[in-house]
Amino acid sequence: MAEPRVMDIKDQPGFRTIAIICLLVLYVPVLILMIFSLNSGSLVTHWEGVTLGWYGTAFLNEEFHAAARNTLIISVTATIVSTICATLAAIGMTRVKPWRGLAAAFMVINLPLMVPEIITAVATLSFFALIAGVFGLNFGIGNLILAHTVFCIPFAYMPIRARLEDMDLTLEYAAADLYATPWNAFRRITLPLLVPGIMSGAALAFIVSFDDFTITQLVAGPGQTTLPLYIWNQIRRPMTPEINAISTILLMVSILFVSVSFLIARRRAK
Amino acid sequence: MTTAALSSAPPSKAALFEAKAVKSSARRNRLLSLPALIIIGIFGVLPLIIICVYSFLVAAPYGGVQWQFSTDAYLNFLFQRDIFDDTLQFTPDFLIIYLRSFLFAVVTTVICLLLGFPTAYFMATRPPAQRNWWVLLITIPFWSNLLVRTLAIMFIIRDEGLINNALIGLGVIDKPITMLYTNFAIQLGLLYAFLPFMVLPLYSSLEKLDFRLIEAAYDLYATRRQVLWRVIIPLSKPGIIAGCLLVFIPALGAYVTPLILGGGIHLMIGDLIAQQFGSGRNWPLGCAQALILMAAVLVALYFYVRNTSGKVQHG
Repeated sequence: MAEPRVMDIKDQPGFRTIAIICLLVLYVPVLILMIFSLNSGSLVTHWEGVTLGWYGTAFLNEEFHAAARNTLIISVTATIVSTICATLAAIGMTRVKPWRGLAAAFMVINLPLMVPEIITAVATLSFFALIAGVFGLNFGIGNLILAHTVFCIPFAYMPIRARLEDMDLTLEYAAADLYATPWNAFRRITLPLLVPGIMSGAALAFIVSFDDFTITQLVAGPGQTTLPLYIWNQIRRPMTPEINAISTILLMVSILFVSVSFLIARRRAK
Repeated sequence: MTTAALSSAPPSKAALFEAKAVKSSARRNRLLSLPALIIIGIFGVLPLIIICVYSFLVAAPYGGVQWQFSTDAYLNFLFQRDIFDDTLQFTPDFLIIYLRSFLFAVVTTVICLLLGFPTAYFMATRPPAQRNWWVLLITIPFWSNLLVRTLAIMFIIRDEGLINNALIGLGVIDKPITMLYTNFAIQLGLLYAFLPFMVLPLYSSLEKLDFRLIEAAYDLYATRRQVLWRVIIPLSKPGIIAGCLLVFIPALGAYVTPLILGGGIHLMIGDLIAQQFGSGRNWPLGCAQALILMAAVLVALYFYVRNTSGKVQHG
């Protein structure tokens, strides 16, 4: 079967259809979930009419407030700490002569990405139980902040490191040639150029912390309900579209931060 | 950008920096890695060591452990002690759950590859402006809340969910088809959850494909099918391996999906482990189960490293 030459050589038959199916599969269920957050009936599956009432119900709900507050405290703190650590580590692992243990350090940074979440979850739980039992230490919500910081670091690290590796080193040499101290060269040259990478990394760290369910569920103590845990608690009761409304809010936050991170990275690429 | 997080490469440009590094600060700079390493060391690595230790201890009656050496946790994985004559009896319950999870993960990986490869290839052959939109559209579900996405699947396949309502409304069926809390539900949920994990690494590999090679193949009278199987697929092997790994590992340890769509009836490894720390109150057993899962993951990673060694790839 000889193929006519006029066709685009890159094309493969049926691939377009599969790509469109994939996109539909990924988006239709989520869109339906979002649409039902506007349902005026009190069932999550039976459509009656349009209302924004369930968002109102959610915003007036005390438990939702508490969960939102916990989530923000944890994810904002974890994002700040992990982004600072990741930035320092990225500099310490690219702007250096190769040192012994560099490969090992790189593995340690990426460890949270390689270990399945459920293992990290039970390990962290065991760890905090142990230090509570032996030393009587309990950091309260700090437990969750520390657990989140650990898995946020590699997510923040990746874009920052990529940015450092792509960066034109001539500017840094020029600064050094002009007798800039290393600190000045960093503050006036490297850091401003690094900002997009840091922003992108921070956005990713925030999303993974904001969305985390598995580790949070196992490590969280009483009164440490986050938004994903709040949703989980709601699933086990008779559901109203309020849960769709809260889910939609969570999705919107993810979409916002992904898009920001994405746009920053795109602008860099241009 | 975000796909950089997917295919992690070992420090590669080190040799380059040796020549270039601004020497006066280079030595001190390495100390900057310390805060991150200390935090992950204490709160990430140490806990893993602790569960290794815990797996050799005795369960305390109300959760936690008693400091007494025992290999029961590992024995209990395969055997159960008879209450009457204290003999060990082979009980494959846990093993079956592991094999089921393995099967789920393999099927998920294969179907994600079959759907994801054409999608990624199609994306990579779009004009650049269109390509960015496609990447963003796949990236959004990649980073979206897994719990919420699983919930979306649950709403659709429930007895009174959209599919059943539609089929009943059309008169195709008169009783809802039970889909939730079945193996089908878990399989569907896993596919839905991990499809973007396959597409993105494949895309970042296909994006760099040299299309002149395809042209050359056609010039040498290759058919479309031959071009696909003998040129495109071999060239995108690193991406295929990375994608399969990124689907297989989280699918094997999946927790949220079977929790919500399996309803506690159809367990996977993830739920089994969590159960030992909750209602099961057998922490050593849970730790042993977690480590056995970890061993499986390490085997998968070993194959990955062996297959990609020598090649440096950036996301």
